[in-house]
Amino acid sequence: MTDYNGYITAETIDGADDGPLAGRTVAVKDNISTEGVQTTAGSAMLEGYVPPYDATVVERLKAAGATIPGKTNMDEFGMGTTTETSAYGAVENPVAEGHVPGGSSGGSAAVVAAGDADMALGSDTGGSIRCPAAFCGVVGIKPTYGLVSRYGLIAYANSLEQIGPIAPSVEEAAQLLEVLAGPDENDATTREAPDADDSYADAADGDVDGLSIGVPTELLDGADEAVVETFWDAMADLEAQGASYHEVDLPSVEHAVEAYYVIAMSEASSNLARFDGVRYGQSGGYEGNWNESFADAREEGFGEEVKRRVLLGTYALSAGYHDKYYKKAQDARAWVKQDFDEALEDADVLASPTMPVPPMKRGESLDDPLTMYLADANTTPVNLANLPAISVPAGETDDGLPVGLQIVGPAFGEREIIRAGSALA
Amino acid sequence: MSDTAVDPDEVRHVADLARVDLDDEELTRFTEQFGDILDAFEALDEVPETDRESELANVMRPDEVRESLSQEEALQNAPESEEGQFKGPKVS
Repeated sequence: MTDYNGYITAETIDGADDGPLAGRTVAVKDNISTEGVQTTAGSAMLEGYVPPYDATVVERLKAAGATIPGKTNMDEFGMGTTTETSAYGAVENPVAEGHVPGGSSGGSAAVVAAGDADMALGSDTGGSIRCPAAFCGVVGIKPTYGLVSRYGLIAYANSLEQIGPIAPSVEEAAQLLEVLAGPDENDATTREAPDADDSYADAADGDVDGLSIGVPTELLDGADEAVVETFWDAMADLEAQGASYHEVDLPSVEHAVEAYYVIAMSEASSNLARFDGVRYGQSGGYEGNWNESFADAREEGFGEEVKRRVLLGTYALSAGYHDKYYKKAQDARAWVKQDFDEALEDADVLASPTMPVPPMKRGESLDDPLTMYLADANTTPVNLANLPAISVPAGETDDGLPVGLQIVGPAFGEREIIRAGSALA
Repeated sequence: MSDTAVDPDEVRHVADLARVDLDDEELTRFTEQFGDILDAFEALDEVPETDRESELANVMRPDEVRESLSQEEALQNAPESEEGQFKGPKVS
């Protein structure tokens, strides 16, 4: 295992003898099913759960010749921004000791940053690939919704989440995306991307000459000073390489984080209903009636953050509150989509800091869930709009803490964000 | 102090709906936090009504018999099973 607790299960899964990823190791987040190898999603509820089948992305990794060195630690069911809600213990940031690695794919980013795996898979519902990539100083891509199959991913919020790559460089992340992307008959939300024959890795040519970048001012307001400074240094670097930038106005993003949490919690309350200790999950025993027995099993098996979200989601969907919270959140989602579409008419890509703050100290944010939720302000709008985004290292604060730069593209504009990102990393 | 009044009974009611038992400490903590979190969600009141995407289409596939998990595989993660079936608590 690792001294920073990056893996929940360290068990090697061999891939095919040759293929584009032959000789490379790709760690897999523990909410992605691996046939015959324990998959817990970071929850005590699923301790000992052994999937009888592989997720589509795992099948594709194996066919491409990758070796999977283990299943990485994560916030329970993907619910967290720090990888401290895992039932298997918190993950330490290997490049910033005493700080969190970000979440929820914290284990995946940590094993890549520490060099214990060449690359890794994460999943991103509201920033869960980009946040840990930014906090650990590596590259993470959240693909366009529908580009990568979610078959075999333990669902948290289906309408928002995507599986994506984490790697030390943009080119390697693009190589991994190449293997993952493409339609899957087991996931009806997948689509063939336009220009599917063009390689993602070839787009990592670092050529940003003439690239037009929009900078949403709303995503800089309220961000930490050291983060903003590092962001502008990276933008100056892009400008020196021939890119230009202008400020854009995205009024809707001011409400995105609230809309994200209402939608994600509502979907979570429904998705997690399956963990009842009968079909799978830890059993609460057979005393009492059906409802009491389920409630006991779920009290015991779920951690506090999961209970908080399931309850708030149930609340937001309940009679009397549905219109106030859930319907309004869907309005906000449509508004965010429109705003992004308009901004991307006048710019090739949009750029912002990935996270408004540098990596938090361990233990700092667990007591105050609202503060943790608000840290996702810059990443969640992208999931609401179903767009692709990449986080690349932008530099470090004066205290040596990694800062990420987020680049957002139009739907299926993975090549644009890969090209732009490759000018920096 | 929160504007959105949430009392312990309400949290207990939602927990019952969600089939999650809560201990007293959790109930106290959640009641306080839910007030703050729901207050933050109030910001959604400022969102204008927006046209949703109208060109959504259902994606269907032919209904064909395909390979699936065996009964044994489907039951392998159940805490209790009997004669090829899931074994659950009493229905009352």
